[in-house]
Amino acid sequence: MDISYYLYLSAILFTIGAVGVVIRRNAIVMFMCIELMLNAANLAFVTFARINGNLEGQMVAFFTMVVAACEVVVGLAIIVMIYRSRRSASVDDASLLRR
Amino acid sequence: MESTMTLTSNTLVYFVALPLLSAALLLLLGRKADRWGHVLATTVAGATFVFGLIELVAMMGRDEYSRAIHQKVFTWISVGSFQVDAALLLDQLSICFVLLITGVGTLIHIYSIAYMAEDPDRRRFFAYLNLFIAAMLLLVLGDSFLNLYVGWEGVGLASYLLIGFWNKKAEYATAAKKAFVANRVGDLGLSIAIMIAFAVFGTVTFKGIEAQAESASQAAMVAIGLMLLLAAAGKSAQFPLQSWLGDAMAGPTPVSALIHAATMVTAGVYLIVRSNFIFDNAPTAQFVVVLVGAITLLFGAIIGMAKDDIKKALAASTMSQIGYMVLAAGLGPIGYAFAIMHLLTHGFFKAGMFLGAGSVMHGMNDEVNMRRYGGLARYMPITTVTFGLGYLAIIGVPPFAGFYSKDKIIEAAFNLGGSKGIIFGSITLLGAVITAFYMTRVFMMTFLGKKRWSEGVHPHESPFLMWAPMVLLAVGSVASGFLLYSGKRLEYWLKPVVDKHGHSHEEFLSHSTVTTLALSAVAIGVAIAIVKYRGEVPSSAPEKVSFLTKAARRDLLQDDFNEAVLMRPGQGLTKALVATDEKVIDGAVRVVAGAALGSARGLRSIQSGYVRNYALLILVGVAVLIAAIWVITA
Repeated sequence: MDISYYLYLSAILFTIGAVGVVIRRNAIVMFMCIELMLNAANLAFVTFARINGNLEGQMVAFFTMVVAACEVVVGLAIIVMIYRSRRSASVDDASLLRR
Repeated sequence: MESTMTLTSNTLVYFVALPLLSAALLLLLGRKADRWGHVLATTVAGATFVFGLIELVAMMGRDEYSRAIHQKVFTWISVGSFQVDAALLLDQLSICFVLLITGVGTLIHIYSIAYMAEDPDRRRFFAYLNLFIAAMLLLVLGDSFLNLYVGWEGVGLASYLLIGFWNKKAEYATAAKKAFVANRVGDLGLSIAIMIAFAVFGTVTFKGIEAQAESASQAAMVAIGLMLLLAAAGKSAQFPLQSWLGDAMAGPTPVSALIHAATMVTAGVYLIVRSNFIFDNAPTAQFVVVLVGAITLLFGAIIGMAKDDIKKALAASTMSQIGYMVLAAGLGPIGYAFAIMHLLTHGFFKAGMFLGAGSVMHGMNDEVNMRRYGGLARYMPITTVTFGLGYLAIIGVPPFAGFYSKDKIIEAAFNLGGSKGIIFGSITLLGAVITAFYMTRVFMMTFLGKKRWSEGVHPHESPFLMWAPMVLLAVGSVASGFLLYSGKRLEYWLKPVVDKHGHSHEEFLSHSTVTTLALSAVAIGVAIAIVKYRGEVPSSAPEKVSFLTKAARRDLLQDDFNEAVLMRPGQGLTKALVATDEKVIDGAVRVVAGAALGSARGLRSIQSGYVRNYALLILVGVAVLIAAIWVITA
């Protein structure tokens, strides 16, 4: 199987994630889409590691996972707090920084 | 040219310092000094006079060429080659002025004690008077044009403060402002003259310039001369800057007597005579001086004929008499001494007459309209006699002061020679006729004829403190002319200053011819006035009069001219500039600000607050970035 299919899959996953972030309002769904984008990137890293025959790509993938884990912790905490105060997980309700 | 020696002195500075300190003290202490302020000021003025007399005696004790004394007070400006000392010079010319200023000044201080007795601000008045004395003494004692300039500005300030002394009346404040502005025009001339002098000679001291005067270029000399003339015209109310003097009569009468008759207005004559080394080397400028003097002497005389306000009539007369002095000063070495002689005698008789007018006003509830006087001789005998002596002096009846001084000016004008001599000589003669006419008119309308004042006015003689100075000035009006004239005393006295080379001039008309002509001129003037005013004087000014009379009542339309030609276009220019500032300059600024604001308003809509919008923008940005990198590297 051609290794470039992994890259296509990565691009498709990334696009789905990006579109999801842009069009969805539910914070949880957006969050999942972001995770999807991160994992698409991870897939691309691993693929490039395979293509180049070294471990640097895999190493960066681990970094990404760590960052993603931190992000989940902080992000979910924020979402929970917003939900508690506003009874809604819609990001459009939290557009207060504009004013 | 004999070498002159200048002695040094260390006391001259007190001439300026004493009255200045006194003025500062009176102004700073405020109300606390109300009780004794006038005494201090008068004492200081008297002290400077005594001091001046001592200097005069000392000066007379020295020989002709070592009479001048000099004091360097401190180094004022020291910039590279430009060195100016604050230094004073007392020579034969300045001592005349010092004595006139302090002498007449002291008398007027004494007079003011009584005249201003009712005024709550009398202390401030005396502070200003002392300030004036200090500035005027600095003006005549300065050893360079720059020192003179300080005094020149100082007297302008004092004049402004004193004209507007009763500034609660808006028109008086306006009169003060008008005098100040007209003076500023002249001051500009003086400052330009100083700048040219420095550019050409590298120094501004009289001595330094005099040493180089003969080798300087004609153009520079004429330029300096004309600028000095402009300065003199501003200060001395000469054509075309004369219009302020009439309005300056808004000030208290002692001020009119001291500043606007005897001393400050003659500063222009002093300037011209002091700068004799410039004018003697610039015949063109000298001719313009004569011309200005001639125009003003007729101008003032014509205005004087039409005025019903006694102070304004006297002011017009002052203008005219200073015209005589300026004309004489423009005649060069043959005229300088006579200009100064007329200045001194005029100081006596005009100050005396102004004090007389003040005395009349004092007795008549501050009425100034002569048509409401009449027959005051019976009620105010001392005022009448002192005023009368001043009157005889100004019209030039022998042996009173004006006869000697004015006669010599007429003679000098005729001796100019040629057609110029005849023209200017005739103008001075005509001036003498008119002077005799309007002064007779003033005297008759005020002191003779039937009484025309209204009920409730009780004319009375003024108190001793007022008539004593008048008497002393009247003595001066009688005696000063003969004293200065006999044996050519003043001429020889001033010779080392104004006529170093010695001159000789042809006599076109003999002395006796001129005297005859002048006396007949006076007789004609007096006769016309007597014929015209011996009968009833209408209590309001007649309406049906010739255009010339109407114009003369309005100061020969000088104000109208200034307003139409200078003021209105000036205002137009100001308005145009304001409009330009608002429309063009501010407009440009507003357009820039508006553009920034508009674009900000447009860009602000990007900041929606929706997370997805920001996410989209980031996405697009990244895509564009990657695309850009791709395009560049590919």
